[in-house]
Amino acid sequence: MKNSLLKRTVRESMQGYLFLMPALFVLVVFLVGPIFYAIFLSFHKVQLLGTTSFDFVAFKNYINIFDDLRAKIALLNTAKYVLIVVPCQTLLALVLAATLNAGMKGEKFFRIVYFLPTLTSSAVLTLIFMWMYNQNGLINKVLDFVGLPTYNWINDPEIALYAIMAMNIWSTAPFFMVIYLAALQNIPESLYEAAELDGANAIQKFLYVTVPQLRPVTSFVVIMGLVGTFQLFDQSYIFSAGSGGPNNSTLTVVLLIYQYAFKNMGTMGYAAALAFALAVIILIATLIQRKFSKEESLY
Amino acid sequence: MKKKLTVGKAFLYGILIVYAVITVIPFLWALSSSFKNLDEIVSGTINFIPKQFTFNNYKVIFVQQELFPRWLFNSVFIATSVTLLNMIFNSMAGYALARLQFPGKRTIFVIVLAVLMIPMQVTMIPNYLILKSLGWLNSYQGMIIPTMINATFIFMMRQFFVNFPKELEEAAELDGLSKIGTFFRIVLPLAKPALAAQAIFVFMGSWNDFMRPLIILSSPELFTLPIGLNTFKGQYISYWNYIMAASMVFTLPILLIYTFFSRYFIKGVSFSGGK
Repeated sequence: MKNSLLKRTVRESMQGYLFLMPALFVLVVFLVGPIFYAIFLSFHKVQLLGTTSFDFVAFKNYINIFDDLRAKIALLNTAKYVLIVVPCQTLLALVLAATLNAGMKGEKFFRIVYFLPTLTSSAVLTLIFMWMYNQNGLINKVLDFVGLPTYNWINDPEIALYAIMAMNIWSTAPFFMVIYLAALQNIPESLYEAAELDGANAIQKFLYVTVPQLRPVTSFVVIMGLVGTFQLFDQSYIFSAGSGGPNNSTLTVVLLIYQYAFKNMGTMGYAAALAFALAVIILIATLIQRKFSKEESLY
Repeated sequence: MKKKLTVGKAFLYGILIVYAVITVIPFLWALSSSFKNLDEIVSGTINFIPKQFTFNNYKVIFVQQELFPRWLFNSVFIATSVTLLNMIFNSMAGYALARLQFPGKRTIFVIVLAVLMIPMQVTMIPNYLILKSLGWLNSYQGMIIPTMINATFIFMMRQFFVNFPKELEEAAELDGLSKIGTFFRIVLPLAKPALAAQAIFVFMGSWNDFMRPLIILSSPELFTLPIGLNTFKGQYISYWNYIMAASMVFTLPILLIYTFFSRYFIKGVSFSGGK
């Protein structure tokens, strides 16, 4: 009896590992292994020509970050991008979701329409917007028509990053809207009824019932937003044809990492160090956000 | 009082309609540009209905850029393979983590959760070197194998199977079915909603991925659509009618999938958001 139980346990363990084998293979070779490999790289100067060679340089790659003007620019651009895009897209998502949830007819129709940008690839969206941002493109024509100043959206260093921001707020807000919608449907009706008895109007109900009730979701949306915006790459790359221009104005940290790793010679180790620096920054931003929202029960 | 309510409602509808217009205009503009000839594109008039409606742009992109159908095929092939493999492997892993007992289970689960936190830029550079030493750079397997599982969806499948009724599996076991038989014949067919939700997101992720193919693929015959599209833009820099036609070809498959599976989309988003 005991023997057969042991046999069963062994067999179940074998089956467990069998089921996990493909996942474990990828996890080890392409995810966990590379983390340690990246640590190794970040302490070396890597030469890819011919046979790959590694020279140990200790903390030099990390120290170099502080003397790198382009790294500073990339970090500033990214920070500006995060600080503007995350609040805007979160607020827009919340307003849209609350509006849709107010018992409107055609909710389903609007939801399908709003979701279009989420479905479309970043490459396509960026090209469509570059076409609209064109000097005599749709956006400038409309601005001109209503008497507003027009801009050189793509080639003016003062403007280019804002053009990307507008595009990305437009394309990511609907995704977060759907998350908010699901959460809105879980707020108990009795809370609104109680507020109504206290004489609250629609705006007060939104501010004092909806917003506080959605706090855990907002915290989740902001964290996802932070992680996503810090990693801005596709749009900057396509916008500037990989350069981060004009005049480094669309250079983001990830674009810089890409350039150092795959475009410049002998800076792959430095790129790995930059990638770690970015990971740490994202982690810190996330922790600050959590502390800020004091919402530990989320996960 | 009644009147005030309707005014409020009208205002809300106003918001919804304005935003719907803002959402749709870029797509309509792109679609309309894809049916215009170059003269009309250059002239910069803002009419949504082309003066001279033409299918020529679509013809040109498929004829002139002989790689365009190839890029379409590459994208379909890679995204479909990745999706199918993810559906099977994520479910198997999720099931093992939810239901089977074996040493090291907790550790593996913690690793899966930890991997979720690592930004892909950190693993991208080592991945490139690993693929290089495997000889998998610039190949289908280099695109498919590293993405054939996804920690997010392993976690999602685990949560799904944890809440799955045990009775069915017990009955199957009494009927003499092995664990593997039970999983493939009983459990997996009942996990369809969860499978559909992950399939859509994995497919979209792979189909739209820009950075991985940019780094891994170097010969134009192997390009996927996003990279191909970017190259195409470089070649036809001011031929926006061609670029928009190519963009539309690229968007259509996703829209078709969406119209068929839209309810799973919403479910999938709420799942990833509702935790």
